[in-house]
Amino acid sequence: MEHQIVQDASIAEVPVAGPTITARDVNVFYGEKQALFDVSVDINRNSVTSFIGPSGCGKSTFLRCINRMNDTIPICRVTGDIRLDGENIYDTDLDVVELRARVGMVFQKPNPFPKSIYENVAYGPRIHGLTRSKKELDELVESCLEKAGLLKEVHDRLDEPGTGLSGGQQQRLCIARAIATRPEVILMDEPCSALDPIATAKVEELMDELKANYTIIIVTHSMQQAARVSQRTAFFHLGKLVEVGDTRQIFTNPRNKRTQDYITGRFG
Amino acid sequence: MTIEATSGIEHHASRLNDPAKLKTRYASEARFRAYGIIALGIALAFLAGLFFSIISNGWSAFLQSEYRLDIYLDPAEIDPEGKRDVTRFGLADYTKMARAALSKAIDLPEKQDRAMKRDLKELLSRAVDVQIRDTVVADPSLIGKTVPIWLLAAGDVDSLLKGAIDRNVPEERRQLNNRQLQWVDKLAADSVLQKRFNSGLFTFGASSQPESSGLAVALIGSFFMMLTVALLAVPIGVAAAAYLEEFAPKSFWTDVIEVNINNLAAVPSIVFGLLGLAVFINFAGLPRSASIVGGLVLTLMTLPTIIIATRAAIRAVPPSIREAALGVGASKIQTLFHHTLPLAFPGIMTGTIVGLVQALGETAPLLMIGMVAFVVDIPTTATEPATALPVQIYMWATSAERGFVERTAGATIVLLGFLFVMNAAAVYLRRKFERKW
Repeated sequence: MEHQIVQDASIAEVPVAGPTITARDVNVFYGEKQALFDVSVDINRNSVTSFIGPSGCGKSTFLRCINRMNDTIPICRVTGDIRLDGENIYDTDLDVVELRARVGMVFQKPNPFPKSIYENVAYGPRIHGLTRSKKELDELVESCLEKAGLLKEVHDRLDEPGTGLSGGQQQRLCIARAIATRPEVILMDEPCSALDPIATAKVEELMDELKANYTIIIVTHSMQQAARVSQRTAFFHLGKLVEVGDTRQIFTNPRNKRTQDYITGRFG
Repeated sequence: MTIEATSGIEHHASRLNDPAKLKTRYASEARFRAYGIIALGIALAFLAGLFFSIISNGWSAFLQSEYRLDIYLDPAEIDPEGKRDVTRFGLADYTKMARAALSKAIDLPEKQDRAMKRDLKELLSRAVDVQIRDTVVADPSLIGKTVPIWLLAAGDVDSLLKGAIDRNVPEERRQLNNRQLQWVDKLAADSVLQKRFNSGLFTFGASSQPESSGLAVALIGSFFMMLTVALLAVPIGVAAAAYLEEFAPKSFWTDVIEVNINNLAAVPSIVFGLLGLAVFINFAGLPRSASIVGGLVLTLMTLPTIIIATRAAIRAVPPSIREAALGVGASKIQTLFHHTLPLAFPGIMTGTIVGLVQALGETAPLLMIGMVAFVVDIPTTATEPATALPVQIYMWATSAERGFVERTAGATIVLLGFLFVMNAAAVYLRRKFERKW
C-alpha cells in the first residue's frame, strides 16, 4: 500500500520511489538461437512503460521473462538477473506461481476462460486463497470489474459466459482477471491489436487509471499508442535494447539514429 | 511497350473467358461429383443389404413358440414321502407330466403306444423338465395342484411355426412327421401353442437346444469386460495422454513412446490375445475363460485408442487458455484439471466410447484366452467363466440347426443395438459438453 501514497507524485516524470523491476544483462536463447542480447532496463513504479520495436525484435520475449511465461517453452533459456522489488525472480527458491500472481498478464488476443464472467475474475483469487468467504470474493470480483470499467456493462449478467462479450469487453474482462490476484505489475502484450479504435480507446483510458495502483508494461506496435499511454518508452531492435527514456524524449529527441529511423517510419 | 502490355492483358482476359475451358472445368467438376455420389450409393446399398439380411433373419429370434399347458404336479411322482425335500424334487420325471398335459390338450386317447409317446415328446423342448422343476422348487405348495405353465416348444416346432420347415417335403425327410404336423396345427388353432416374446434369449445360458439357449452369459461377460476396460483404460489412458501432452519433455524417449503408441493401435488384436494368454493366464495365474482376463486384454487393446484420442483432444484446446490460466498463477496441474481437461472432455469421451465400442465387438483375442466356452451357469463375478456377445455369435454361427441360425442373427441385432446406443451416447455427450471459445 506504500506505493499508493507515493503514486500522486510518481505521475511526474521523475520517479519518486525506486524502480519496481530492474533487469541486468538479460540474454534469452531459443535453443541455439539467441533472441535477446544483454538487456538492462529499469521499470518505474506506478507508471506505464511501453516496449516498441519492429516484429521479432524481442520485446514480447523480454516481457514474458518478467513473469517467467518463457518457462513454458521447453527450449527457452534465460540468463542474467531480473529483480522485482529487489528479489531475483529467477531464484530457484522463488515460487513461479506466486510470481505470476504478483505479475499479472494481459495477452494479445482476448482469452477469457469459457466460463461465466464471475468465474473468470474469481478464478485467480480462488486458487490463491485470497478471500475467506463467498461475500468477500463477490466484493473482490465486483471491485475488479469496476476497476476494469466493465461492471456497468455486465453487472446484471455475471453468470453469462465471458466468451459471449464483445472483443473489447473481453479484453477488459481479462484485465479484471489480471488485477484480481492483486498484482503489483501488469504486463500487456499488444492488448489492443485485436480491438477496434473505440475499444482501444477504452483500454488506453483504463491503463491511465490503473497506473495509479499498478506498474504497467505494454508491448505495442502502435507508436501513437506508446506516445499516448506511456511515461517511459524502450525501443528494441534485433534483440537488443537500443534506447530507453522518457516517452516525450524518445519521440521528440531520440539519441540513437536507429530509434529516430524507426519512429519516423523509415523501417519497421 | 504499351501495345505489348495491352495485348498481354487481352490475352489474359481471353483465357479467363475461354468458353471451352470453362466447359471442361464444369464437366470435370460434375464428373467428380457423380463419382462421389456413386461411391456413396454403393456404400449405402451394401449397408442396407447388410441390415436387411440381419434383420430379416434375426427378428424372429425375438419370438419363441411356447405351449400353455395345465400341468398336474403329481405328488406321488415329485414328493412321494411328503417331506417337501427340495433335493428330492430333482428326481421326478417332469417330462412325463408335460407329455400327459400335452396329450390332453390334443385330446389323445389315454392309451398310447411307444411311437406316439415319442412323437409327443419330440414336440416338447428338453428344457421343459427344468422349467417345471424350477416352478415347483420356487413354490412347493403347488404340489398336488394343476397349474398353467408356459413351456418351451421343441426347436423343430418353433421352426415350423416360423415357416422354416417346408411342409411339402416328403415325410421321411422332414423333421416332423405328418401326425406331429397335425397335432401342432391343432394346438396352434386352439391357442395352446403360441409365439411369445422370447425373454429366454436374454436369460438363458448356453444349451445344445436352440430354444433353451440365450445370451445371458455373453451379456454379463461383455458387461464385466466393458466395466474393466472403462475402469482401467480410461484413467490410465487419460493420465498417459495428459502427461505426454503437457508435462513430458520432448526427448528421444518420448518420441519412441509416441511412435510405439501409434504402432500399438495398429497391432492385430489376436496378438493382444496371445499376450493376455502368456501374461495374465500363464504367468499371473488368472482363471481361463474369465471376463476379468478378457477385460484386461481389451484394456491393453483400447489404451492406444484412448491415448491418441485424448492427446488430440488436449492439443485442440487453444494454447491461449493455458496461457490465461498460467498467467493468473495457476500451477501446471491446476491448469490441466481446471481448464485443459474440462475443455478436452467431449473429445476424450468420444475417443473413449469409440474405444469401448471397438472392445465390445472384439472377438479374436477372447478366443485366445478361452472365452469361447460352453458356459451354462450365469456368472456372478468377473473371475467366473463367461463368453462375450461377438464370441456367442461366432459359436451359434457354427451350429447347423435352423434355431441357431436365427439366434445368430438375433444376437447380431442385440450387439448392433448396443453399438448404436453407445455411439449415440458419444454424439450426445459431444454435443452437450462442446464449448465454443
